[in-house]
Amino acid sequence: MSRLRRAAGRIWRVASIPLLAIILAFIVAAVVIVVSSVFTSTGLDVFLPLGAYGSLLAGAFGSGTGISNTLVAAAPLILGGLAVGLGFKAGLFNIGVAGQFLVGAFAAAVVGARLAGAPGVIAAPVALIAGALGGAAFGFIPGFLKARTGAHEVVTTIMLNNAAVLLLTWAVNDLVRAPGFSFPRTGDLGHSALPILLGRNVHLGIPIAVLAVFSVRWLLDRTTNGFEIRTVGQIFITTLTMTLSGLLAGVAGAIQMLGVIGFYAPGITASVGFDSIAVALLGRSDPIGILFAAILFGAFRAGAPLMQIETSVPVEIIDIIQALVILFLAADLIVRRVFRVRAAKPVISELATVTRTWAGGAPPGGGA
Amino acid sequence: MTDQPPVLEMRGIMKLFPTGTLANDAIDLALRPGEIHALLGENGAGKSTLMNILYGLVTPDAGEIRIDGQPVTIHDPADAIARGIGMVHQHFMLVPVLSVAENVVLGDEIVRAGQILDLGEGARRIKLLAQKLGFEIDPSTRVDQLSVGQQQRVEILKAIYRNARILVLDEPTAVLTPQETREIFEVLRRLRGEGASIIFISHKLDEVLEIADRITVIRRGKVVGSRRPSETNENELAELMVGRAVSLRVDRGRSHPGEAMLEVRGLRARNDRGHDVLQGVDLSVRAGEILGIAGVAGNGQEELVEALIGLRKPTAGTIRLAGHDLTHALVDERRDRGMAFVPADRHKYGLVLTYPLDDNLALTRYGDPPFAGGFAGIIRNFKAITANAIRLMKEFDIRAPDPKTPAGTLSGGNQQKVVVAREFRHDLRLLVLDQPTRGLDVGSIEFIHKQVIGRRDDGAAVLLISAELDEVLDLSDRVLVMFRGQIVGTFPAEEAQREKVGLLMATGGARA
Amino acid sequence: MDAVGTVFRLIWELGVYLYTVVPDLLPIILALATPLALGALCGVLNERSGVVNIGIEGIMLMAAFFGYLTGFALHDAVGSGVSIALGILAAVFVGALLGLVHAWLTVSVRADQIIAGTMMNIAAFGVTGYLNRLIITPSGRGGAGVIAPFHLPDAIANLPFVGPILVMFLDQGPIAMSVLFIVIALQFALFRTRWGLRTRAVGEHPKAADTVGIDVYRQRYLNVIFGCALAGLAGAFLTLESTGSFQNGMTNGRGFIALAAMIFGRWTPIGALAGALLFGTATALGVVVSIRIPEGDLGDIMRSIPSYWYAALPYLMTIVILAGVVGRSTPPAADGVPYVKEGKG
Repeated sequence: MSRLRRAAGRIWRVASIPLLAIILAFIVAAVVIVVSSVFTSTGLDVFLPLGAYGSLLAGAFGSGTGISNTLVAAAPLILGGLAVGLGFKAGLFNIGVAGQFLVGAFAAAVVGARLAGAPGVIAAPVALIAGALGGAAFGFIPGFLKARTGAHEVVTTIMLNNAAVLLLTWAVNDLVRAPGFSFPRTGDLGHSALPILLGRNVHLGIPIAVLAVFSVRWLLDRTTNGFEIRTVGQIFITTLTMTLSGLLAGVAGAIQMLGVIGFYAPGITASVGFDSIAVALLGRSDPIGILFAAILFGAFRAGAPLMQIETSVPVEIIDIIQALVILFLAADLIVRRVFRVRAAKPVISELATVTRTWAGGAPPGGGA
Repeated sequence: MTDQPPVLEMRGIMKLFPTGTLANDAIDLALRPGEIHALLGENGAGKSTLMNILYGLVTPDAGEIRIDGQPVTIHDPADAIARGIGMVHQHFMLVPVLSVAENVVLGDEIVRAGQILDLGEGARRIKLLAQKLGFEIDPSTRVDQLSVGQQQRVEILKAIYRNARILVLDEPTAVLTPQETREIFEVLRRLRGEGASIIFISHKLDEVLEIADRITVIRRGKVVGSRRPSETNENELAELMVGRAVSLRVDRGRSHPGEAMLEVRGLRARNDRGHDVLQGVDLSVRAGEILGIAGVAGNGQEELVEALIGLRKPTAGTIRLAGHDLTHALVDERRDRGMAFVPADRHKYGLVLTYPLDDNLALTRYGDPPFAGGFAGIIRNFKAITANAIRLMKEFDIRAPDPKTPAGTLSGGNQQKVVVAREFRHDLRLLVLDQPTRGLDVGSIEFIHKQVIGRRDDGAAVLLISAELDEVLDLSDRVLVMFRGQIVGTFPAEEAQREKVGLLMATGGARA
Repeated sequence: MDAVGTVFRLIWELGVYLYTVVPDLLPIILALATPLALGALCGVLNERSGVVNIGIEGIMLMAAFFGYLTGFALHDAVGSGVSIALGILAAVFVGALLGLVHAWLTVSVRADQIIAGTMMNIAAFGVTGYLNRLIITPSGRGGAGVIAPFHLPDAIANLPFVGPILVMFLDQGPIAMSVLFIVIALQFALFRTRWGLRTRAVGEHPKAADTVGIDVYRQRYLNVIFGCALAGLAGAFLTLESTGSFQNGMTNGRGFIALAAMIFGRWTPIGALAGALLFGTATALGVVVSIRIPEGDLGDIMRSIPSYWYAALPYLMTIVILAGVVGRSTPPAADGVPYVKEGKG
């Protein structure tokens, strides 16, 4: 019995701040909902948050469809969260998940369309690998630049995000546009699409994402390379980490493309970019934590449309909640004061390195 | 001078920090007008805390401060300055990219029309003050262009500019050469002649005996004695400081040097700004010998160490260890060949503060057996790592609750012991030490010095670089002097006298 | 031999083209550069005081939205001119308010500064998207109107050499016109006034400033708030002087390009302006090529580059400049390091 209590105690110490941050975020968001309801045609409604959150939960977990939607939404978040979390471990801030995701999705779409007629056993994995490599290449660029020139990855990745949208749009319009459609898009995937495992849309990408969780965990804890990522700030490790991070984001794009969307067209956006940051912070950069945080956020994203339909509360409230969660994690003092919690250590200790490298300084720590 | 009422009295000062440390335990201090009063004690004894209280940087828990007999409360540095207290900190409070004038007037600027700076007037006043104190200074020079000794004089100017009558100097000679120390003592004597009263914090026994009119010793937050220099000597002061008899000079014993282990020829390198900072260094260290390099900080020692370790690419020259050319070898390779390294900045290079002790003690060989095995040495062996940690903790008397304690929670002395424990293996060929005892208490210093001698007697070649001239002179079998990126003199231990070495450190051998 | 000749000819043609086109282009360049310059000035004020602020993008967006909302809401009540003026004030106020939040997070709470900035960006997207969908879209009405730009009399505009430059800076709306004055004022203030000296000290060596009695926290708070007010002004420009409407995410990375301009300009106001003008030129290039088509071979080359590549040029340029410049320039020494006053309690 006491071993159970000790284990529970350990889990609580680690998970308490993130959980409480979410609760606090929901409370504040409720206030936002109430206050903003004043400006709507229906006027002030104090109980609106309750209805909204109820619909949110219903949309996420209330039915078979809801649960499968949650899982499907969670899969890319798991991978994106791992991408960002891996970067954090090395003191790097990969905000470029959005761009890497798109490049991965695009690569998977193009290769997948080419192999549409091939046997599925070959087509799907090859398309997936193409997505992974696309994302990896897009992560390599900022990583290499940071390592060689000190250009901070925060700015370079965001620039690449913007550039990616533009250049991929051009590519779809001019380079790989599939004939026979009324709008620019890539071709049908045919056998390259990921097989559906359960229900309507639970595709193979979901177990792949979960597998990634344990792979990254193994990499970080058990291998010497993982130790190096966590410890050393050398040129090679910086480049390697960003490349791996980009790879994970590329896989996220690939499974989303091959399992859900089916083709690349201009206008595809990726909220997964910012979502991944929140997931990584909530999960405290730990792979298992990220797994749970991603499922939670996947639930939010899956349930939001129903909430907007039933209660007219805009889906963007999830973005606001996300920002609040990050706020409360960054200023965890607030959470601790409000809930009177004594937690083990500050939530974002690894992130001290992120800001320190802003101006081209060396990341601290690490043996020579 | 000695019988007038005190210009400053601190009575019953108590300070308990939230970490549980009782930094000041009912301390009494009296400063007579026109007196140079030394505050002597080990690191962490509470001297700096006491002075920080005086300067308004720290609030005392109990006690009273009186200036000219009147009780005062000092809330912040602005208060202290207004009451005529000036402080010269150990780590200079100068903004490197600003000029001397800008630094001196900062916070007390002369302005026209409310906001516009009048630096010309400031410069004029500064020049006058400097002349009164016996030196020249160009107020428009950027502070980072000045030597350390000059920077210190700027710090003193800052205090005098604000009409300080009580001047506190915190470890002023820690970064000075013997010549610069003499010069600053002259300035202090002039200040005393002008009517200032001076508190001089130090842990250097000989200097304190030379300059002070009176010495107060603090140990573990308490005053343990007050003496005039004429009434005491170094040994008594050391014993007061530490609480037991301490051997101040380690017994180096005789060295039995073997063949040359490290050979450096014509080494050249650039610093981070691209300037040539090593201008052709030649040296060799034999097995079983301690070679010490003396020199004022900033003459290329840091870059030399970095080149030896593998953190900086030389632009020319060779480095050979036991015959193997390591000039461009990676750090790992140098370790594999038997080189070990104790860095000057243990937080930056020596330890990962957030990691547990056992990871830190295995930090340099985490990829090799027994710490890792499996395919390509990828799987870590936690049992071996912990066993190694327990063994080293015992051997080096590292005080920590258990091997999983994060390294950052240890005291400075224990942290250094962790680095030393990791590096001082018994099968070493070459040991490179860079400021190995900086910031440590006398007891830890004694321990580490003994360990260094032990390694030498085991047959290792030891290269010692230290800003503490005494440490270099005590430990080394041979002494080199480094100046402007070159070796300008070598002495066997018997011929290395403080004066000679100090002169070479300051002038590089150029004729005056 | 022939290839070399062709290259030189193309470069010459490019020069001629730019010479003919640039005078007309200058006002466009300044207009494009305005939000970048103001954002970069915000960055300069923040980082010179020692605070890293990557949330400029978010602050700009929020200010743009609330400025627009104010103008939009009051348009019928008080008329176009007044409502726009109030909108600008609202935007600047929102900028300052968000600056207060950022200052609180970075100086008092001592949260990680890059995370704080990221949160600001995410919050901005969320809040503006939420309110846009909730309030503005349902009402279906159009824009809040745009400030009519000031026009120089033709006699002055046609002066050789001087004319185009005057046109560039004065044939603009009020916010764009104010940029040059703000830059000059800040450049003087930063290096010649007491405030500037204390700011630089606080950003380089806060402990030194503290020991001579300067209130580091207060200095940082004031500068961050003032700087973010400028970012608010940039937001006002986007909706009230430039486009007259609000789109989700309309800042489009300008806040980050502004940071690159700041670094390029070595953390000085004049340098920041130079960087902003550079990026503005890059953005303008895509526009001008479609309007004033260059002749001959050069024209063929320039027209064959897809418009998307021109659009991506500023972003790619930012990366190249960062990669080339960062290593060689040094920011204020205490940039990004929260200041902790030693145990007073």
